[in-house]
Amino acid sequence: MTPFTVQSLKNTKDVSGLKFNSKSRYLAGGTNLVDLMKHQIETPVTLVDLSEWQGADEITKEDGGFRIGAMVTNTELANFAYSEPSLSLLSQALLSGATVQLRNRATTGGNLLQRTRCYYFYDTAKACNKREPGSGCSAMTGMNRIHAILGTSERCIATHPSDMAVALMAVNATVEVRTQQGETSNIPLRNFYCMPGETPELENVLQRGDLITSVFIPEKKRGTQHYHKVRDRASYAFALVSVAAGMVLEEGIIRSLELSFGGVGTIPWHPQKAIDVLQGSAASDEVLNQAIDAELADAETFGSNDFKPELLRRVFLSVMHSLADRQHKQPGHEGALYDNQ
Amino acid sequence: MSALYINGESFPLPEDPRTTLLDFLHQNLSMFGTKKGCDHGQCGACTVIVDGRRMNACLLLAFQLKGKQITTIEGIGEADDLHPLQQAFIDKDAFQCGYCTSGQLCSGVALLNELKEREPSIVSTQQDATPREDISERMSGNLCRCGAYPNIVEAIEQVIVMEGEK
Repeated sequence: MTPFTVQSLKNTKDVSGLKFNSKSRYLAGGTNLVDLMKHQIETPVTLVDLSEWQGADEITKEDGGFRIGAMVTNTELANFAYSEPSLSLLSQALLSGATVQLRNRATTGGNLLQRTRCYYFYDTAKACNKREPGSGCSAMTGMNRIHAILGTSERCIATHPSDMAVALMAVNATVEVRTQQGETSNIPLRNFYCMPGETPELENVLQRGDLITSVFIPEKKRGTQHYHKVRDRASYAFALVSVAAGMVLEEGIIRSLELSFGGVGTIPWHPQKAIDVLQGSAASDEVLNQAIDAELADAETFGSNDFKPELLRRVFLSVMHSLADRQHKQPGHEGALYDNQ
Repeated sequence: MSALYINGESFPLPEDPRTTLLDFLHQNLSMFGTKKGCDHGQCGACTVIVDGRRMNACLLLAFQLKGKQITTIEGIGEADDLHPLQQAFIDKDAFQCGYCTSGQLCSGVALLNELKEREPSIVSTQQDATPREDISERMSGNLCRCGAYPNIVEAIEQVIVMEGEK
């Protein structure tokens, strides 16, 4: 690690008083940033320590939803979401990610901002436009089994690795941000991430010094919910493909649908084209295939990840069939597909 | 004074903020029970318990741990009074080279508490999952290059059964 100095943030209002420059970073749980600093991929000169930030580790029920403090750990959030049937999807996604050790330390805000696990981003001997803009992309012609098929550009095909963010996309969460100017803004998560385009180093809409203070999840009936993650080993691996879905079915018609994909997009993927086909339609094989066809129309593969469109289709169909079955058998069901009831 | 607490004893925080808890244990305190495997949060050899929660010591910057209570393998059991999980590891032959064992034990001790608190895992929430499948999922952050996994899972299961009979 290169040397750095430490400032400490105690209160949200103190964000404005911070001396924050291009070599400053906020440090929450550090499960990603500390690792990147060891690899010298991140070389901050100043760290703003958030471990003594007052009031940022609370979950509160508000009118219309739940507010999750930025410093709430992944474990705390998974346990809370497990106790709320309408948030089952989020609990499942969190528990599918990382390990207990990491979830005990990783935070809600930090999880949203974690960097890609592209091998070439981590290998400083290789070209990577995200790590070193303009240097090229080694993944494009290299081993790209874990890489994206949606939202890619000629500059970058890296995926966003978070499971939590995939679920938060599905449930239409909003990110609350405190700016250096002392203002508070609320950004829908679906508008939060930037696709790589010409500037893969810019991963989200945050400006320098902006601090995520909380995440708001609207309350609604989400019906039967399932997070299905397919990966190269049974546990502790990033998704090759994941599907987050919640569905309310009334007399065979999809009345409410939450849907997002992980492991396939350069950002946690909100499949609007598929949703447009599905909303208000019958959950028939024909409609489901039309929906996934619509979303996959723009997919591009790069050799080692040629299997992903078909894998995504199969996982999507399997999840949707399972949810529809449960809704048929138990109309009005709310919670996990497998909730032992 | 800014201090952290290791196995009940107070220690001043290191001067260099780059010091991880793992390096602090080794270099400042000569406590070598906690092992350095990958040093990147991937293997779990450095697992310690911080305020009751297991974490990877290699990814914790020590300066962030002011006032925290940390339990390392040196704080779990005594040579003549082993923790039930340590005894179970011996009974079930749950290690070969032993390098991952201190991390496995700290992780397992925390796991026992998580089960008591009825915290979910992705496996425990699914139908038809066996207790062994659940233990494997919960222990997936601890790698064992010797492949002692079946015996590690058996050792943990033995303690769960034993504690259930109390």
